[in-house]
Amino acid sequence: MRLQYIFSEIGTGLRRNLTMTLAVIITVAISMAFLGTGMMLRAQAETMKGYWYDKVQISVFMCNEYDRGERCADGLVTGEQKAEVEQVLTAHPEVQTVHFENQEQAYEHFKEQFADDIADSITPDQLQESFRVELKDPERFEGVVSAVAGLPGVHQVQDQREVLEPIFRAINRVQWGAVIVAATLLVAAVLLITNTIRLAAFSRRRETGIMRLVGASNFYIQLPFILEAAIAGLIGAVVACGGVAMIKVFFIDRGMAPSFRFIDAWVGWPEILAIMPWLLVAGVLMSAVAAFFTLRRYLRV
Amino acid sequence: MIRFDNVTKLYPNQNNAALHDLTLEVEKGEFVFLVGPSGSGKSTFLRLVLKEERPTSGRIRVAGKDLHRLSNWKVPQLRRRIGTVFQDFRLLPNKTVFENIAFALQVIGKSRRQIHRDVPAVIELVGLGGKEDRLPDQLSGGEQQRVAVARAFVNRPLILLADEPTGNLDPATSVGIMKLLDRINRTGTTVVMATHDQSIVDQMRKRVIELDQGHLVRDQSRGVYGYAR
Repeated sequence: MRLQYIFSEIGTGLRRNLTMTLAVIITVAISMAFLGTGMMLRAQAETMKGYWYDKVQISVFMCNEYDRGERCADGLVTGEQKAEVEQVLTAHPEVQTVHFENQEQAYEHFKEQFADDIADSITPDQLQESFRVELKDPERFEGVVSAVAGLPGVHQVQDQREVLEPIFRAINRVQWGAVIVAATLLVAAVLLITNTIRLAAFSRRRETGIMRLVGASNFYIQLPFILEAAIAGLIGAVVACGGVAMIKVFFIDRGMAPSFRFIDAWVGWPEILAIMPWLLVAGVLMSAVAAFFTLRRYLRV
Repeated sequence: MIRFDNVTKLYPNQNNAALHDLTLEVEKGEFVFLVGPSGSGKSTFLRLVLKEERPTSGRIRVAGKDLHRLSNWKVPQLRRRIGTVFQDFRLLPNKTVFENIAFALQVIGKSRRQIHRDVPAVIELVGLGGKEDRLPDQLSGGEQQRVAVARAFVNRPLILLADEPTGNLDPATSVGIMKLLDRINRTGTTVVMATHDQSIVDQMRKRVIELDQGHLVRDQSRGVYGYAR
Protein backbone atom coordinates (compact mmCIF):
# COMPACT_ATOMS: atom_id res chain seq x y z
CA MET A 1 0.00 0.00 0.00
CA ARG A 2 1.39 3.33 -0.96
CA LEU A 3 0.99 5.53 2.10
CA GLN A 4 2.10 8.57 0.24
CA TYR A 5 -0.51 8.00 -2.43
CA ILE A 6 -3.23 7.72 0.17
CA PHE A 7 -2.21 10.90 1.97
CA SER A 8 -1.98 12.87 -1.24
CA GLU A 9 -5.34 11.51 -2.34
CA ILE A 10 -6.88 12.59 0.93
CA GLY A 11 -5.37 16.04 0.65
CA THR A 12 -6.56 16.65 -2.89
CA GLY A 13 -9.88 15.03 -2.15
CA LEU A 14 -10.55 17.37 0.74
CA ARG A 15 -9.51 20.39 -1.24
CA ARG A 16 -11.25 19.62 -4.48
CA ASN A 17 -14.52 18.53 -2.96
CA LEU A 18 -14.36 21.51 -0.65
CA THR A 19 -18.09 22.10 -0.64
CA MET A 20 -18.77 18.58 0.47
CA THR A 21 -16.01 18.68 3.03
CA LEU A 22 -17.41 21.87 4.51
CA ALA A 23 -20.87 20.36 4.55
CA VAL A 24 -19.64 17.43 6.60
CA ILE A 25 -17.69 19.69 8.95
CA ILE A 26 -20.67 21.93 9.58
CA THR A 27 -23.09 19.08 10.03
CA VAL A 28 -20.83 17.36 12.52
CA ALA A 29 -20.10 20.64 14.31
CA ILE A 30 -23.75 21.49 14.80
CA SER A 31 -24.79 17.99 15.76
CA MET A 32 -21.96 17.58 18.22
CA ALA A 33 -22.52 21.05 19.67
CA PHE A 34 -26.12 20.17 20.40
CA LEU A 35 -25.09 16.87 21.85
CA GLY A 36 -22.47 18.59 23.97
CA THR A 37 -25.04 21.08 25.22
CA GLY A 38 -27.33 18.26 26.20
CA MET A 39 -24.51 16.59 28.09
CA MET A 40 -23.61 19.88 29.72
CA LEU A 41 -27.16 20.26 30.92
CA ARG A 42 -27.01 16.88 32.51
CA ALA A 43 -23.69 17.71 34.14
CA GLN A 44 -25.13 20.99 35.40
CA ALA A 45 -28.06 19.19 36.96
CA GLU A 46 -25.68 16.75 38.56
CA THR A 47 -23.59 19.59 39.98
CA MET A 48 -26.60 21.32 41.44
CA LYS A 49 -27.78 18.12 42.96
CA GLY A 50 -24.40 17.70 44.56
CA TYR A 51 -24.50 21.22 45.91
CA TRP A 52 -27.87 20.78 47.53
CA TYR A 53 -27.00 17.38 48.82
CA ASP A 54 -24.31 18.94 50.93
CA LYS A 55 -26.79 21.32 52.44
CA VAL A 56 -29.38 18.83 53.50
CA GLN A 57 -29.57 18.36 57.19
CA ILE A 58 -32.01 16.87 59.57
CA SER A 59 -32.41 18.88 62.70
CA VAL A 60 -33.62 17.09 65.79
CA PHE A 61 -34.72 19.68 68.32
CA MET A 62 -34.75 18.60 71.95
CA CYS A 63 -37.21 19.86 74.51
CA ASN A 64 -36.21 22.86 76.55
CA GLU A 65 -37.73 23.83 79.87
CA TYR A 66 -40.36 26.08 78.33
CA ASP A 67 -41.76 23.64 75.79
CA ARG A 68 -45.12 22.20 76.53
CA GLY A 69 -47.38 19.88 74.65
CA GLU A 70 -47.47 16.14 74.45
CA ARG A 71 -43.96 15.78 73.20
CA CYS A 72 -42.28 17.57 76.03
CA ALA A 73 -44.51 16.72 78.92
CA ASP A 74 -41.44 16.05 80.99
CA GLY A 75 -39.87 19.44 80.54
CA LEU A 76 -36.17 19.87 79.84
CA VAL A 77 -34.59 16.95 78.11
CA THR A 78 -32.46 14.74 80.32
CA GLY A 79 -28.96 13.56 79.71
CA GLU A 80 -30.17 10.01 79.28
CA GLN A 81 -32.70 10.98 76.68
CA LYS A 82 -30.07 12.92 74.80
CA ALA A 83 -27.73 9.99 74.97
CA GLU A 84 -30.41 7.69 73.62
CA VAL A 85 -31.22 9.97 70.72
CA GLU A 86 -27.55 10.31 69.91
CA GLN A 87 -27.12 6.58 69.99
CA VAL A 88 -30.09 5.97 67.69
CA LEU A 89 -28.76 8.51 65.29
CA THR A 90 -25.19 7.30 65.13
CA ALA A 91 -26.32 3.72 64.77
CA HIS A 92 -28.62 4.45 61.86
CA PRO A 93 -27.16 3.24 58.54
CA GLU A 94 -28.29 6.29 56.57
CA VAL A 95 -26.58 8.75 58.88
CA GLN A 96 -23.28 10.24 57.80
CA THR A 97 -22.42 12.58 60.68
CA VAL A 98 -24.09 13.80 63.82
CA HIS A 99 -23.29 17.16 65.31
CA PHE A 100 -24.65 18.45 68.59
CA GLU A 101 -25.54 22.09 69.07
CA ASN A 102 -26.13 23.23 72.61
CA GLN A 103 -28.15 26.25 73.68
CA GLU A 104 -25.19 28.62 73.79
CA GLN A 105 -24.20 27.72 70.26
CA ALA A 106 -27.80 28.02 69.14
CA TYR A 107 -27.88 31.46 70.68
CA GLU A 108 -24.77 32.51 68.77
CA HIS A 109 -26.31 31.36 65.48
CA PHE A 110 -29.52 33.13 66.37
CA LYS A 111 -27.68 36.40 66.95
CA GLU A 112 -25.95 36.05 63.56
CA GLN A 113 -29.20 35.70 61.73
CA PHE A 114 -31.43 38.17 63.48
CA ALA A 115 -31.14 41.81 64.46
CA ASP A 116 -29.60 42.68 67.80
CA ASP A 117 -32.68 43.93 69.61
CA ILE A 118 -34.57 40.70 68.87
CA ALA A 119 -31.59 38.69 69.97
CA ASP A 120 -31.38 40.68 73.17
CA SER A 121 -34.89 39.72 74.14
CA ILE A 122 -34.10 36.05 73.92
CA THR A 123 -32.03 34.10 76.35
CA PRO A 124 -30.10 30.97 75.48
CA ASP A 125 -32.30 28.75 77.60
CA GLN A 126 -35.27 29.68 75.46
CA LEU A 127 -33.61 28.09 72.48
CA GLN A 128 -33.40 24.41 71.91
CA GLU A 129 -30.54 22.02 71.84
CA SER A 130 -30.38 20.11 68.63
CA PHE A 131 -28.66 17.31 66.82
CA ARG A 132 -27.67 18.26 63.31
CA VAL A 133 -27.61 15.13 61.18
CA GLU A 134 -26.04 14.81 57.78
CA LEU A 135 -27.19 11.94 55.64
CA LYS A 136 -25.42 9.68 53.22
CA ASP A 137 -28.27 9.89 50.73
CA PRO A 138 -30.28 13.04 51.34
CA GLU A 139 -33.25 11.64 49.50
CA ARG A 140 -33.68 8.92 52.05
CA PHE A 141 -34.42 10.97 55.09
CA GLU A 142 -37.68 9.37 56.07
CA GLY A 143 -36.10 6.43 57.81
CA VAL A 144 -34.02 8.62 60.09
CA VAL A 145 -36.91 10.95 60.84
CA SER A 146 -39.21 8.18 61.90
CA ALA A 147 -36.45 6.61 63.98
CA VAL A 148 -36.10 9.62 66.27
CA ALA A 149 -39.42 11.42 66.02
CA GLY A 150 -41.12 9.36 68.71
CA LEU A 151 -38.26 9.26 71.18
CA PRO A 152 -38.73 10.93 74.58
CA GLY A 153 -37.25 14.38 74.82
CA VAL A 154 -37.54 15.08 71.14
CA HIS A 155 -39.50 18.23 70.54
CA GLN A 156 -39.50 18.35 66.79
CA VAL A 157 -37.72 16.92 63.83
CA GLN A 158 -37.21 19.22 60.94
CA ASP A 159 -36.28 17.50 57.78
CA GLN A 160 -36.30 20.40 55.38
CA ARG A 161 -38.56 18.24 53.32
CA GLU A 162 -40.91 20.96 52.27
CA VAL A 163 -38.08 23.03 50.98
CA LEU A 164 -35.93 20.47 49.32
CA GLU A 165 -38.21 17.85 47.92
CA PRO A 166 -39.47 20.11 45.15
CA ILE A 167 -35.90 21.06 44.33
CA PHE A 168 -34.78 17.46 44.04
CA ARG A 169 -37.80 16.63 41.97
CA ALA A 170 -37.07 19.49 39.62
CA ILE A 171 -33.43 18.57 39.31
CA ASN A 172 -34.21 14.95 38.60
CA ARG A 173 -36.65 15.98 35.94
CA VAL A 174 -34.09 18.24 34.35
CA GLN A 175 -31.59 15.40 34.33
CA TRP A 176 -34.00 13.03 32.69
CA GLY A 177 -34.96 15.70 30.23
CA ALA A 178 -31.32 16.30 29.40
CA VAL A 179 -30.68 12.61 28.86
CA ILE A 180 -33.68 12.27 26.57
CA VAL A 181 -32.70 15.40 24.68
CA ALA A 182 -29.13 14.20 24.29
CA ALA A 183 -30.26 10.80 23.05
CA THR A 184 -32.64 12.37 20.55
CA LEU A 185 -29.90 14.68 19.36
CA LEU A 186 -27.59 11.75 18.93
CA VAL A 187 -30.09 10.02 16.66
CA ALA A 188 -30.60 13.25 14.75
CA ALA A 189 -26.85 13.64 14.42
CA VAL A 190 -26.47 10.15 13.00
CA LEU A 191 -29.15 10.80 10.41
CA LEU A 192 -27.78 14.19 9.43
CA ILE A 193 -24.20 13.04 9.13
CA THR A 194 -25.15 9.93 7.19
CA ASN A 195 -27.18 12.02 4.81
CA THR A 196 -24.43 14.52 4.18
CA ILE A 197 -21.90 11.79 3.58
CA ARG A 198 -24.27 9.97 1.29
CA LEU A 199 -24.39 13.14 -0.79
CA ALA A 200 -20.61 13.24 -0.84
CA ALA A 201 -20.42 9.62 -1.97
CA PHE A 202 -22.98 10.28 -4.68
CA SER A 203 -21.06 13.24 -6.01
CA ARG A 204 -18.02 11.01 -6.36
CA ARG A 205 -19.73 8.12 -8.08
CA ARG A 206 -18.08 8.93 -11.38
CA GLU A 207 -14.63 8.79 -9.89
CA THR A 208 -15.53 5.66 -8.00
CA GLY A 209 -16.73 4.05 -11.22
CA ILE A 210 -13.54 4.87 -13.05
CA MET A 211 -11.45 3.59 -10.18
CA ARG A 212 -13.31 0.31 -10.32
CA LEU A 213 -12.83 0.11 -14.07
CA VAL A 214 -9.12 0.57 -13.81
CA GLY A 215 -8.93 -2.27 -11.34
CA ALA A 216 -8.57 -0.51 -8.00
CA SER A 217 -9.48 -2.78 -5.11
CA ASN A 218 -12.42 -1.74 -2.95
CA PHE A 219 -10.07 -0.99 -0.09
CA TYR A 220 -8.07 1.44 -2.18
CA ILE A 221 -11.22 3.21 -3.24
CA GLN A 222 -12.80 3.36 0.19
CA LEU A 223 -9.86 4.24 2.36
CA PRO A 224 -9.27 7.80 1.16
CA PHE A 225 -12.98 8.53 1.36
CA ILE A 226 -13.33 7.12 4.85
CA LEU A 227 -10.29 9.02 6.05
CA GLU A 228 -11.51 12.23 4.43
CA ALA A 229 -14.82 11.83 6.21
CA ALA A 230 -13.06 11.07 9.49
CA ILE A 231 -10.86 14.14 9.21
CA ALA A 232 -13.80 16.36 8.35
CA GLY A 233 -15.67 14.83 11.28
CA LEU A 234 -12.76 15.53 13.57
CA ILE A 235 -12.59 19.15 12.52
CA GLY A 236 -16.33 19.49 13.02
CA ALA A 237 -16.10 17.92 16.47
CA VAL A 238 -13.26 20.25 17.44
CA VAL A 239 -15.41 23.19 16.39
CA ALA A 240 -18.22 21.75 18.51
CA CYS A 241 -15.87 21.48 21.51
CA GLY A 242 -14.98 25.11 20.99
CA GLY A 243 -18.68 25.94 20.90
CA VAL A 244 -19.32 24.11 24.16
CA ALA A 245 -16.40 25.91 25.79
CA MET A 246 -17.80 29.21 24.61
CA ILE A 247 -21.18 28.41 26.11
CA LYS A 248 -19.42 27.73 29.38
CA VAL A 249 -17.56 31.02 29.27
CA PHE A 250 -20.20 33.35 27.93
CA PHE A 251 -23.43 31.85 29.06
CA ILE A 252 -22.49 30.37 32.40
CA ASP A 253 -19.43 32.12 33.74
CA ARG A 254 -20.42 35.56 32.56
CA GLY A 255 -24.14 35.19 32.10
CA MET A 256 -25.86 33.03 34.67
CA ALA A 257 -23.40 32.72 37.52
CA PRO A 258 -23.07 36.41 38.45
CA SER A 259 -26.87 36.75 38.56
CA PHE A 260 -27.26 33.81 40.86
CA ARG A 261 -24.42 34.42 43.17
CA PHE A 262 -25.89 32.59 46.11
CA ILE A 263 -25.66 29.34 44.20
CA ASP A 264 -22.14 28.12 43.81
CA ALA A 265 -23.17 25.08 41.87
CA TRP A 266 -22.27 25.76 38.32
CA VAL A 267 -20.72 23.16 36.08
CA GLY A 268 -16.99 23.57 36.07
CA TRP A 269 -14.17 23.04 33.58
CA PRO A 270 -13.45 19.46 34.62
CA GLU A 271 -16.96 18.44 33.63
CA ILE A 272 -16.73 20.32 30.35
CA LEU A 273 -13.38 18.76 29.55
CA ALA A 274 -14.81 15.35 30.31
CA ILE A 275 -17.53 15.88 27.70
CA MET A 276 -15.12 16.83 24.91
CA PRO A 277 -13.51 13.43 24.23
CA TRP A 278 -16.98 11.97 23.75
CA LEU A 279 -17.80 14.59 21.15
CA LEU A 280 -14.54 13.97 19.31
CA VAL A 281 -14.95 10.22 19.28
CA ALA A 282 -18.60 10.44 18.28
CA GLY A 283 -17.89 12.89 15.47
CA VAL A 284 -15.06 10.87 13.97
CA LEU A 285 -16.75 7.50 14.37
CA MET A 286 -20.07 8.54 12.94
CA SER A 287 -18.43 10.14 9.91
CA ALA A 288 -16.11 7.22 9.22
CA VAL A 289 -18.76 4.56 9.65
CA ALA A 290 -21.24 6.49 7.51
CA ALA A 291 -18.56 6.88 4.82
CA PHE A 292 -17.84 3.16 4.83
CA PHE A 293 -21.44 2.14 4.41
CA THR A 294 -22.54 4.78 1.94
CA LEU A 295 -19.71 4.23 -0.51
CA ARG A 296 -20.33 0.51 -0.59
CA ARG A 297 -23.40 1.12 -2.68
CA TYR A 298 -21.23 2.20 -5.56
CA LEU A 299 -18.72 -0.57 -5.10
CA ARG A 300 -20.84 -3.60 -5.71
CA VAL A 301 -18.98 -5.66 -8.24
CA MET B 1 -8.11 -15.19 -24.68
CA ILE B 2 -11.85 -14.53 -24.59
CA ARG B 3 -14.20 -17.43 -24.86
CA PHE B 4 -17.98 -17.37 -24.67
CA ASP B 5 -19.84 -20.67 -24.45
CA ASN B 6 -23.61 -20.49 -24.92
CA VAL B 7 -23.81 -17.23 -23.08
CA THR B 8 -27.23 -15.73 -22.54
CA LYS B 9 -27.84 -12.46 -20.75
CA LEU B 10 -31.31 -11.37 -19.79
CA TYR B 11 -31.68 -8.07 -17.97
CA PRO B 12 -34.29 -8.07 -15.20
CA ASN B 13 -36.82 -5.69 -16.74
CA GLN B 14 -36.64 -6.86 -20.30
CA ASN B 15 -38.42 -9.49 -22.33
CA ASN B 16 -35.78 -10.00 -24.98
CA ALA B 17 -32.35 -11.31 -24.12
CA ALA B 18 -29.50 -8.85 -24.60
CA LEU B 19 -27.36 -11.79 -25.67
CA HIS B 20 -28.80 -15.04 -26.84
CA ASP B 21 -26.83 -18.25 -26.71
CA LEU B 22 -23.63 -16.63 -27.89
CA THR B 23 -20.63 -18.82 -28.58
CA LEU B 24 -17.42 -17.35 -29.90
CA GLU B 25 -13.72 -17.26 -29.24
CA VAL B 26 -11.18 -14.48 -29.61
CA GLU B 27 -7.58 -15.61 -29.81
CA LYS B 28 -4.61 -13.87 -28.33
CA GLY B 29 -3.35 -11.00 -30.47
CA GLU B 30 -6.44 -10.73 -32.61
CA PHE B 31 -8.11 -7.48 -33.60
CA VAL B 32 -11.87 -7.90 -33.62
CA PHE B 33 -14.61 -5.45 -34.60
CA LEU B 34 -17.94 -5.95 -32.92
CA VAL B 35 -20.64 -4.41 -35.07
CA GLY B 36 -24.39 -4.26 -35.06
CA PRO B 37 -27.24 -1.81 -34.55
CA SER B 38 -27.93 -0.19 -31.20
CA GLY B 39 -29.22 -2.66 -28.67
CA SER B 40 -27.64 -5.61 -30.43
CA GLY B 41 -25.62 -6.54 -27.39
CA LYS B 42 -22.21 -5.07 -28.12
CA SER B 43 -21.90 -3.17 -24.87
CA THR B 44 -23.33 -6.10 -22.96
CA PHE B 45 -20.63 -8.30 -24.41
CA LEU B 46 -17.91 -5.95 -23.21
CA ARG B 47 -19.47 -5.63 -19.77
CA LEU B 48 -19.59 -9.38 -19.43
CA VAL B 49 -15.90 -9.64 -20.25
CA LEU B 50 -15.14 -7.15 -17.46
CA LYS B 51 -17.48 -8.98 -15.12
CA GLU B 52 -19.51 -5.86 -14.64
CA GLU B 53 -22.47 -8.05 -15.42
CA ARG B 54 -23.00 -11.72 -14.90
CA PRO B 55 -24.41 -13.98 -17.59
CA THR B 56 -27.81 -15.48 -17.00
CA SER B 57 -26.43 -18.73 -18.36
CA GLY B 58 -23.35 -20.00 -20.14
CA ARG B 59 -19.66 -19.85 -19.43
CA ILE B 60 -17.15 -17.08 -20.00
CA ARG B 61 -13.41 -17.51 -19.93
CA VAL B 62 -11.10 -14.53 -20.00
CA ALA B 63 -7.33 -14.96 -20.10
CA GLY B 64 -7.82 -18.56 -19.11
CA LYS B 65 -9.94 -17.79 -16.06
CA ASP B 66 -13.50 -18.97 -15.69
CA LEU B 67 -15.33 -15.82 -14.65
CA HIS B 68 -18.01 -17.78 -12.90
CA ARG B 69 -15.47 -19.18 -10.47
CA LEU B 70 -13.67 -15.91 -9.95
CA SER B 71 -14.35 -14.56 -6.48
CA ASN B 72 -15.45 -10.96 -6.09
CA TRP B 73 -12.31 -9.72 -4.46
CA LYS B 74 -10.24 -11.02 -7.33
CA VAL B 75 -12.18 -9.08 -9.94
CA PRO B 76 -10.04 -5.93 -9.59
CA GLN B 77 -7.04 -8.05 -10.47
CA LEU B 78 -8.79 -9.22 -13.64
CA ARG B 79 -9.61 -5.67 -14.62
CA ARG B 80 -6.02 -4.60 -14.29
CA ARG B 81 -5.16 -6.94 -17.13
CA ILE B 82 -7.87 -5.44 -19.30
CA GLY B 83 -7.61 -1.90 -20.63
CA THR B 84 -10.83 -0.05 -21.47
CA VAL B 85 -11.61 2.89 -23.70
CA PHE B 86 -15.06 4.42 -23.88
CA GLN B 87 -16.98 6.76 -26.08
CA ASP B 88 -17.14 9.38 -23.33
CA PHE B 89 -13.45 9.09 -22.48
CA ARG B 90 -14.06 8.61 -18.75
CA LEU B 91 -11.16 10.62 -17.50
CA LEU B 92 -10.95 11.87 -13.94
CA PRO B 93 -11.80 15.55 -14.36
CA ASN B 94 -9.67 16.88 -11.54
CA LYS B 95 -6.47 15.16 -12.55
CA THR B 96 -3.97 16.17 -15.21
CA VAL B 97 -3.08 14.03 -18.22
CA PHE B 98 -0.09 12.64 -16.37
CA GLU B 99 -2.09 11.94 -13.22
CA ASN B 100 -4.92 10.28 -15.12
CA ILE B 101 -2.53 7.83 -16.72
CA ALA B 102 -0.46 7.40 -13.59
CA PHE B 103 -3.65 6.54 -11.74
CA ALA B 104 -3.84 3.18 -13.45
CA LEU B 105 -0.40 2.38 -12.08
CA GLN B 106 -0.95 3.87 -8.66
CA VAL B 107 -3.94 1.72 -7.86
CA ILE B 108 -1.88 -1.40 -8.35
CA GLY B 109 0.84 -0.10 -6.13
CA LYS B 110 3.59 0.66 -8.60
CA SER B 111 6.43 2.73 -7.23
CA ARG B 112 6.92 6.38 -8.08
CA ARG B 113 10.03 5.48 -10.00
CA GLN B 114 8.15 3.05 -12.19
CA ILE B 115 5.38 5.57 -12.73
CA HIS B 116 7.79 8.28 -13.78
CA ARG B 117 9.37 5.85 -16.18
CA ASP B 118 6.29 4.29 -17.75
CA VAL B 119 3.91 7.22 -17.99
CA PRO B 120 6.06 9.57 -20.06
CA ALA B 121 6.83 6.72 -22.44
CA VAL B 122 3.18 6.01 -23.10
CA ILE B 123 2.40 9.72 -23.39
CA GLU B 124 4.93 9.90 -26.21
CA LEU B 125 3.43 6.78 -27.72
CA VAL B 126 0.01 8.34 -28.06
CA GLY B 127 1.42 11.60 -29.29
CA LEU B 128 0.62 13.88 -26.37
CA GLY B 129 4.15 14.91 -25.56
CA GLY B 130 4.20 18.32 -23.87
CA LYS B 131 0.62 18.16 -22.60
CA GLU B 132 1.21 16.20 -19.42
CA ASP B 133 -0.02 18.97 -17.13
CA ARG B 134 -3.24 19.79 -18.91
CA LEU B 135 -6.58 19.01 -17.36
CA PRO B 136 -9.16 17.09 -19.43
CA ASP B 137 -11.30 20.14 -20.05
CA GLN B 138 -8.29 21.80 -21.62
CA LEU B 139 -7.99 19.07 -24.23
CA SER B 140 -9.81 18.39 -27.46
CA GLY B 141 -11.92 15.26 -27.81
CA GLY B 142 -9.25 13.47 -29.77
CA GLU B 143 -6.62 14.34 -27.20
CA GLN B 144 -8.83 13.15 -24.35
CA GLN B 145 -9.35 9.86 -26.07
CA ARG B 146 -5.61 9.52 -26.53
CA VAL B 147 -5.23 9.97 -22.80
CA ALA B 148 -7.81 7.25 -22.28
CA VAL B 149 -5.95 4.96 -24.63
CA ALA B 150 -2.70 5.73 -22.86
CA ARG B 151 -4.28 4.92 -19.53
CA ALA B 152 -5.68 1.69 -20.91
CA PHE B 153 -2.33 0.66 -22.32
CA VAL B 154 0.19 1.83 -19.71
CA ASN B 155 -0.16 -1.38 -17.76
CA ARG B 156 0.52 -3.53 -20.85
CA PRO B 157 -2.82 -5.31 -20.55
CA LEU B 158 -3.62 -8.59 -22.22
CA ILE B 159 -6.83 -7.27 -23.70
CA LEU B 160 -7.96 -3.82 -24.76
CA LEU B 161 -11.70 -3.31 -24.96
CA ALA B 162 -13.02 -0.28 -26.79
CA ASP B 163 -16.69 0.68 -26.70
CA GLU B 164 -17.37 3.11 -29.58
CA PRO B 165 -14.09 4.93 -29.04
CA THR B 166 -14.57 7.13 -32.09
CA GLY B 167 -18.21 7.88 -31.37
CA ASN B 168 -17.54 11.46 -30.26
CA LEU B 169 -14.75 12.20 -32.71
CA ASP B 170 -14.58 13.61 -36.21
CA PRO B 171 -13.39 11.33 -39.05
CA ALA B 172 -9.85 12.64 -39.19
CA THR B 173 -9.30 12.29 -35.48
CA SER B 174 -10.90 8.87 -35.55
CA VAL B 175 -8.32 7.69 -38.00
CA GLY B 176 -5.61 8.82 -35.63
CA ILE B 177 -7.12 6.80 -32.80
CA MET B 178 -7.48 3.74 -34.97
CA LYS B 179 -3.85 3.93 -35.97
CA LEU B 180 -3.02 3.98 -32.30
CA LEU B 181 -5.13 0.94 -31.58
CA ASP B 182 -3.59 -0.84 -34.52
CA ARG B 183 -0.11 -0.13 -33.18
CA ILE B 184 -1.12 -1.42 -29.79
CA ASN B 185 -2.51 -4.53 -31.37
CA ARG B 186 0.78 -5.14 -33.13
CA THR B 187 2.57 -5.28 -29.79
CA GLY B 188 0.52 -8.38 -29.04
CA THR B 189 -2.46 -6.92 -27.22
CA THR B 190 -5.79 -8.48 -28.09
CA VAL B 191 -8.19 -5.72 -29.17
CA VAL B 192 -11.98 -5.96 -29.23
CA MET B 193 -13.73 -2.86 -30.48
CA ALA B 194 -17.45 -2.25 -30.62
CA THR B 195 -18.33 0.31 -33.23
CA HIS B 196 -20.85 1.94 -35.53
CA ASP B 197 -18.17 3.46 -37.69
CA GLN B 198 -18.58 1.88 -41.06
CA SER B 199 -15.67 3.50 -42.82
CA ILE B 200 -13.16 2.42 -40.23
CA VAL B 201 -14.29 -1.17 -40.30
CA ASP B 202 -14.18 -1.22 -44.08
CA GLN B 203 -10.72 0.31 -44.10
CA MET B 204 -9.01 -1.92 -41.64
CA ARG B 205 -10.29 -5.28 -42.81
CA LYS B 206 -10.03 -7.08 -39.53
CA ARG B 207 -12.18 -9.87 -38.15
CA VAL B 208 -15.77 -8.69 -37.94
CA ILE B 209 -18.32 -10.17 -35.57
CA GLU B 210 -21.83 -8.96 -36.17
CA LEU B 211 -24.59 -9.12 -33.57
CA ASP B 212 -28.28 -8.51 -34.14
CA GLN B 213 -30.65 -8.40 -31.18
CA GLY B 214 -28.32 -10.56 -29.16
CA HIS B 215 -27.71 -13.16 -31.83
CA LEU B 216 -24.45 -13.81 -33.61
CA VAL B 217 -25.21 -13.35 -37.30
CA ARG B 218 -21.79 -13.05 -38.88
CA ASP B 219 -18.19 -13.86 -38.06
CA GLN B 220 -15.87 -12.95 -40.88
CA SER B 221 -12.07 -12.91 -40.95
CA ARG B 222 -11.34 -9.91 -43.08
CA GLY B 223 -14.74 -8.40 -43.03
CA VAL B 224 -16.54 -5.22 -43.92
CA TYR B 225 -19.23 -3.42 -42.04
CA GLY B 226 -22.31 -4.06 -44.17
CA TYR B 227 -25.28 -5.72 -42.48
CA ALA B 228 -25.84 -9.32 -43.32
CA ARG B 229 -28.92 -9.93 -45.37
